[in-house]
Amino acid sequence: MWYLCYFLHRHLDFRREEAQALADTAGCGDLIEWKLPHGGSPDSPFWYINVPNEDFAKKLVASSILIKGLYEVWGEGDTFEEMLAEVQNYPIDKKQPYYSESITFKLVMEGFGTKLNSVMQKDLLKKLACIPFEGKVDLKNPQHLFRLLYTENPIKNDDMPTIVPPRWYFGREVCTGDRSCVPHYELPRRSYIGPTSMDAELSLLMCNMAGVRKGSLVYDPFVGTGSILVAAAHFGAVTWGADIDIRIIRDGRTREGKHRNVWSNFKQYGLMEPVGLLRYDAHRPPLRPGLEELFDVILCAPPYGVRAGGRKSGGRKAEKGIPNKPIPDDMRATHIPSTAPYGLTECLYDLIQFAATFLVVGGRIALWMPCASDVYTDGDVPTHPALKLIANSEQVLGRRWSRRLITLEKHRPFDRASPLEIPTVECPALLLALENPDAETEDGASPTVRDAVMPAEKRPKRERKGDGGSANNQETRRLPMYRNKNC
Amino acid sequence: MRLITHNMLACNIKGVKSGFPLKIEAESVEVKEADFNPEFLKRMIPKLEWKAFIDAAVGLNVSGLPAEVTPEIMEDEEFLKKFHHALLELHVEEGALICPETGRRFPVSKGIPNMLLNEDEC
Repeated sequence: MWYLCYFLHRHLDFRREEAQALADTAGCGDLIEWKLPHGGSPDSPFWYINVPNEDFAKKLVASSILIKGLYEVWGEGDTFEEMLAEVQNYPIDKKQPYYSESITFKLVMEGFGTKLNSVMQKDLLKKLACIPFEGKVDLKNPQHLFRLLYTENPIKNDDMPTIVPPRWYFGREVCTGDRSCVPHYELPRRSYIGPTSMDAELSLLMCNMAGVRKGSLVYDPFVGTGSILVAAAHFGAVTWGADIDIRIIRDGRTREGKHRNVWSNFKQYGLMEPVGLLRYDAHRPPLRPGLEELFDVILCAPPYGVRAGGRKSGGRKAEKGIPNKPIPDDMRATHIPSTAPYGLTECLYDLIQFAATFLVVGGRIALWMPCASDVYTDGDVPTHPALKLIANSEQVLGRRWSRRLITLEKHRPFDRASPLEIPTVECPALLLALENPDAETEDGASPTVRDAVMPAEKRPKRERKGDGGSANNQETRRLPMYRNKNC
Repeated sequence: MRLITHNMLACNIKGVKSGFPLKIEAESVEVKEADFNPEFLKRMIPKLEWKAFIDAAVGLNVSGLPAEVTPEIMEDEEFLKKFHHALLELHVEEGALICPETGRRFPVSKGIPNMLLNEDEC
């Protein structure tokens, strides 16, 4: 059945990808279809989705962060009158059940990028009275909700083609997403955060992309302050995190007399604590030999040297081939191991190989990769014979820099015996760009990466309510000027 | 650290051949409630080294788990509850994990095992 899929106007590159991933989790991934919005622009929030039936629709949308709702469209048109005419002509057998006296309902008007004044709204509601609803209006808890969605003036992005021409939709709300978790977990109210804490909305999105569900075993090899695992625990996952920096996971910090560390975050929300929080080197995880196919999901934001450089064990001498002096026995207990720099290529190589080995078949890894728009090519994305690319979504951070959420799925068992079962990580231009993140780009802009990527603590508080879809909060892609950095 | 985690860990010092299972020296153990999810428990059973798991549980004063898990035992609610408790609810807060081959101590403090190797162990 075709529905209007009304998206949030945010994180445009993630929207259908999230819906597809949720459909895969709901078991109908192969059965869904998309149709471009009216006007033909993929940036419009008014997509059409074909879902096998209403039950799948509800399952799919229930944990969605970016879908506002799915609607059975009774009529749509370029003007209100055209839309109303279509509604009159919509098959009566589909409308009849909702005309019944015994149901309760509510009519809501919602503009996209525009809002009619209350006089005009009342006027239109009067015109809608010709639809013969006989049930009672219940504004608080109606059994059925009908939404009149409209965009009046053409919505443009400066000099770019119209993304949403004027349109009116009258639809029965079949199901809605649930964004209430986004403000609930927002970072400014979190007990313990750090400069690398992952935004709540994006952490939840990562979970949806990777198919996290109740009982999933989820691993974050660069757990830091635990922000990604908090989102996984929200969905009922059993979590496991590791970091090489013991100060960030165990020691934490003391604020207002209270000691806070990763455990505090889970306590704050009443979520199940990680069953494993460990300090070790992701380059050489201390897992028992022969262990494979353990994790359902791996979620991570690997360090790529912008705000927190990666480290691995072994010390700098090992890097240079100089043997390390043995540590005197009486100093062993208190020795603090030194670490060596852990470059992005090596880090990604290890991570992808780890995923190919330790994910169950059908399991997914979702990882963030930095991306410099002037040098990026799809070849930068790491690959592995046992993993297939599910999605590659870009979050723009500034004029030059963005990061991409790469989702990979293990589609067959890992063949330990084969020398070909290794990752391919080739991104020389990216590495060069990372060495000089503040360099001027071709078009003469010179933003610093520091400007573009603000520490989580310093970002202003946003969206108290669950809805981020108002015109003020729009986030659009590829404008020839700075975008809202608070994204 | 719960026993589910302990079951996956080994000492990976260079040259060590049998670094699993690590011996648990528990100074303080807390019981932390976890959601009972039979489906998760059943999926975990084949991933565990069962003998190492029940030995570790015995070390933390939880006995009565069967030496072998048959399909019938897997469906028994009593067994699942006991298994759940040992796997997910016993949390070693302070202590150490000790390599069976070299005796190397990996301290556990505030529930976090420190498995980072020294420079001469890599």
